[in-house]
Order: sequence, then structure tokens, then C-alpha cells
Amino acid sequence: MTEPLLHTERLVKRYGGLIATDNVSIDVRPGEIHALIGPNGAGKTTLVHQLTGVVAPDSGTIHFAGQDITRLPTHARVRLGLGRSFQITSVLREFTALENVALAVQGHAGHSFRFLADARRDESLRGPARGLLDGVGLGGRAGILAASLSHGEQRQLEIAMALAGNPTLLLLDEPMAGMGVEESQRLIGFLRALKQKHAMLLIEHDMDAVFQLADRITVLVYGRAIASGTPDQIRANAEVRQAYLGEETA
Amino acid sequence: MRDLLSSLRTPRGIATALILLVLAALPLLTQAFDQRYLLSIGTRIVIWSIAAVSLNMILGYGGLVSFGHAMFFGVGGYAVGILSAHGVSSGWIQWPVALLAATAWAALIGALSLRTRGLYFIMITLAFAQLVYYVGSGLEAYGGDDGLNISRSRFPGLIDLRDKANFYWLCFALLCASLWFCNRYANSRFGLVIRGAKSNELRMTALGFPVFRYRLAAFTISGAFGGLAGILLANEGAYISPAMMSWVKSGDLIVIIVLGGMGTLFGPLYGTIAFFVLEEALPPILNLAHKGWGEYWMIVFGPLLVLIALYARGGIDSLLGRRHD
Repeated sequence: MTEPLLHTERLVKRYGGLIATDNVSIDVRPGEIHALIGPNGAGKTTLVHQLTGVVAPDSGTIHFAGQDITRLPTHARVRLGLGRSFQITSVLREFTALENVALAVQGHAGHSFRFLADARRDESLRGPARGLLDGVGLGGRAGILAASLSHGEQRQLEIAMALAGNPTLLLLDEPMAGMGVEESQRLIGFLRALKQKHAMLLIEHDMDAVFQLADRITVLVYGRAIASGTPDQIRANAEVRQAYLGEETA
Repeated sequence: MRDLLSSLRTPRGIATALILLVLAALPLLTQAFDQRYLLSIGTRIVIWSIAAVSLNMILGYGGLVSFGHAMFFGVGGYAVGILSAHGVSSGWIQWPVALLAATAWAALIGALSLRTRGLYFIMITLAFAQLVYYVGSGLEAYGGDDGLNISRSRFPGLIDLRDKANFYWLCFALLCASLWFCNRYANSRFGLVIRGAKSNELRMTALGFPVFRYRLAAFTISGAFGGLAGILLANEGAYISPAMMSWVKSGDLIVIIVLGGMGTLFGPLYGTIAFFVLEEALPPILNLAHKGWGEYWMIVFGPLLVLIALYARGGIDSLLGRRHD
């Protein structure tokens, strides 16, 4: 078996008496899409925050690309190749689509303590940014302010930005949220094409998307990983059906 | 260059070019019309514009509302004044020392203040400014509350700053340099990080930018230019006092930026001119309406600001038409 790209070991995070993350050990291997599902309040967001470095776990470790990143700040994790998109659309609204992606490219192009050269005409930033926009199907919308893009387009823009650093692992926090059926299908096709180059940890409510995309699924309930396996195994798991999938598969 | 020419055809370009031309020729104009006291107002406008440009670098472009920017007037001014009081009159020593002091102080204050956000940032920058203010007023050896008369910096063989026109042109050249730098800064990689962090700090962090370091650098640069304005202000009046760094001055600088247009290159310049013109013109106009009313010019000025805040969000700059960048 290949070495996992991301690996958490017995992660624990408590908020007062509440255990938001309860001994969670998961891994993501190169070239796979690992989906994380669970009802609201299962601790998915808390887990994502620990993976990205927004909150620190109380105990346990996180390894990424062979390195212990448990205490590393967010920006350093990004530099190592951990890209992410946000649950709530998070783009720079006052910047155009192209400028958003160009900034994402810039974030991976060494330090930005450059005060004099005009970055808005820097082809070493704009060229790759245009390529990424084309890749997600936003090539024709490059000059539009992010705030004026449709919701679905903003989600696509998010992914283009997350891809800028050519991350080895993409953390996708509900990329389908608020998308129409057609848009979702297009995104599913796009993500599937990406997974050879970028492994993904996918947090998603849209079960159709999860079962279409995921190679493995982990089910989180009350902070605990109650089951982990292939989509077929998860579908067949009695505990999961009872705890979570009940309404949808009955 | 082509951009420069095409921007000259817009109302904003024409207005800006006219303002810069008038400012460049101001000593000649005031001499021709024998209105020399106008030159001293002009000098103060130019110096305050430098300070406003420097505050705009963090407030306008970075969204960091520093309510203590006048402390850099104080640090720059007092460094010059204290050296002068000890007989060090050479600008070659005074100015670098003062700039260094303002830069170091800005780095220190920035490192502490930038750990806070929003209202707390406003309060902590105000607190540091008040600290500097009370240190200044406690310096009995340098005049305490009353301040201290100093002589203008000497640059032997280069320029005589006691000549009012010379001094004005030096200030104007430094204003142009500040505007040039701010223009480069705003569109550089660094500036885009600062502007991006204003728009969405979390996003910028997730893109791999250590936002704190960039903001600290921006705050330090802004403080250095603020210190430069302080050096000039001390020289302009040949006088330093704690009043130059009172919180009212910090507030005035914020008002100027809001009035002129936050996060725009020339907004601070428009704002400073509008502020000084209103300050000078409103009292006599009100006195014409009724003798003694001039004292209460703020009653007119205040509502004017409220109107700008409500109906012209982008300040004077937005009244000059849409921006293209």
C-alpha cells in the first residue's frame, strides 16, 4: 500500500465538556478521493480547522507529506501543498476573477516583499492564473469582479484558487453547497479528472456526489469516526444506516 | 506613459494635473499676488498630504484603522527638535535619526497592535499615541506642554531651508516622491497582499500568505513616511510641542482620508486640500452671515462629513467619476 499523504493519529479536540473530535484517525492516499460525511454537528468543520491549522488539537498528531504538521501555522501548511476551498464561499469580492487566481499563484511564488514592480501586469502571475481559470471553465469571466459572479462560478473560482499552488492534497469543504444539479454534475466530472494529480479530502452533504466520487468514505458522528470503507461497504454498514443514512437509503 | 496621457483626458486626470501644477507653482503665485501667508498654509497642506498618503497605505489600502498616526508627527518632530536643542543642527544627522526613530517605533507599535483586530486595533493605536503624547508633555527639558522653539535643519551647501520657497519646494518634492511610492506600492505584489487581506484575511492566509508579517511591514513603512511628515512639520513651524501629536490630529488625518477617498492614490491629497480650505474659509464665511459665528465652523463641517459618509462613500475621489483600475 502506498504511504498515506495525510494521516491523523488519534486527534482529540474538546470545547468545554463537548468532545468535538474524538480520537479520529484518518488518512488520505495519493490519487484518491476520501470523503468525510456525517450529520450536522458531527465535528466535520472542527476537524477541517485542525487540518488547516485554524485550531490546534488537544492531543494527537497530523502528518502531511511525511512531516509532522500538528503545530505548523496555516500558511506553512499551504506552502507544503495542502490546498483548500471553503465551506462558505471565500473569494476576494473586490478583485476580478483573474486577480483572485493571480493572487493565489503569487501566494506560492516565494515571498511578496516586492514593492515596486506592477504585479497587475506580471505575466508570471497572470499566465498561470489564466490557465487555471480556463481549467475550471471560467476563462471567459476573467475580468469580472468576483462579487458579480454567480454562486456556482464563485465555487469554481474557489477551486481554481485552491489549485494554484499545485497542491498534492485538496481539502474541499462542501464544494457543491448551493449548486444546481447541472453545475454539480459538471463539478463532479471536473474533480474526477483532477484526482490523479491531486488527492482530495472531500467534505460534502450531497450524497449523490459523495458516492459518485469517493474511493473511500469515513462517517463521523458526534466527533467519532464510526465507520470507514469503500462506498459499498459504507452503504451496507448497519450502524451507518441507522445513524446517518437512514432517511436517504430507506 | 501612454496610461499617463490617457488618464489626463478624464476629469480625475485633469483635476489632479491642475492641483499638482498649482502646488508646484505656489511660491511663484503667492509672490506674484503678494499673498505670502498663503505659502505657509500651502506648506502645511503639502506636509499633511504626505502624512495622509502614509496613513492611507495602511488605512485605505489595508483596512487597518490606526487612530494614532499623529504619533509619528511627534516622533519625527521631537527627534529633530531634541537634536536641535543639543546643538546638532545638521539635517544630515537630524533627518536620518528621526526617520530611524519613527521606523523603529512603528515596527514596535505595529508588532504589538497588529495582534488585535477592529475596534481593539483602533483603541490600542490610540493608546500608544497618547503614551507618546504624555511622554512629550513630560519632557520638561524640551519645553513640556509649552513646546520648544527650534531652528530649521541645516543642509550646508545643498539647500537653505530658512528660505520659505525652498522649504516649500522640498516638501512638494517629497510629496511627489510619496505619491510615486504609494502608486508603486499599491499595485505591487506587496500591495496586493495588503489589499487582499483587507478584503478577506482568512482567504489570504489560506493562500499561503503570512498576513501579519505583511501588515507589520506596511505599518512600518507607513510610520516611516509619517515620521518624514513630522520632520517637515517641526521645520515648518520651527517649533515642536505635544499638540502636534494630540489625538485630535490623528482624528483629523482619518477625516482627511475619508473625505478624499480611502484607498485611492490622490484621495489623501484632495482630502487635505478640502480640509484646510474648509478650515480656513468656513469661519470668515460664517462671520459674514453673522459676526461671531465663525468660531462655530465645526457645526457646518461636521454635517458635511456626515453627508460624505452617507452619500459619497468614495469621498471626493468618487465625485470625479468611475475608476478604471
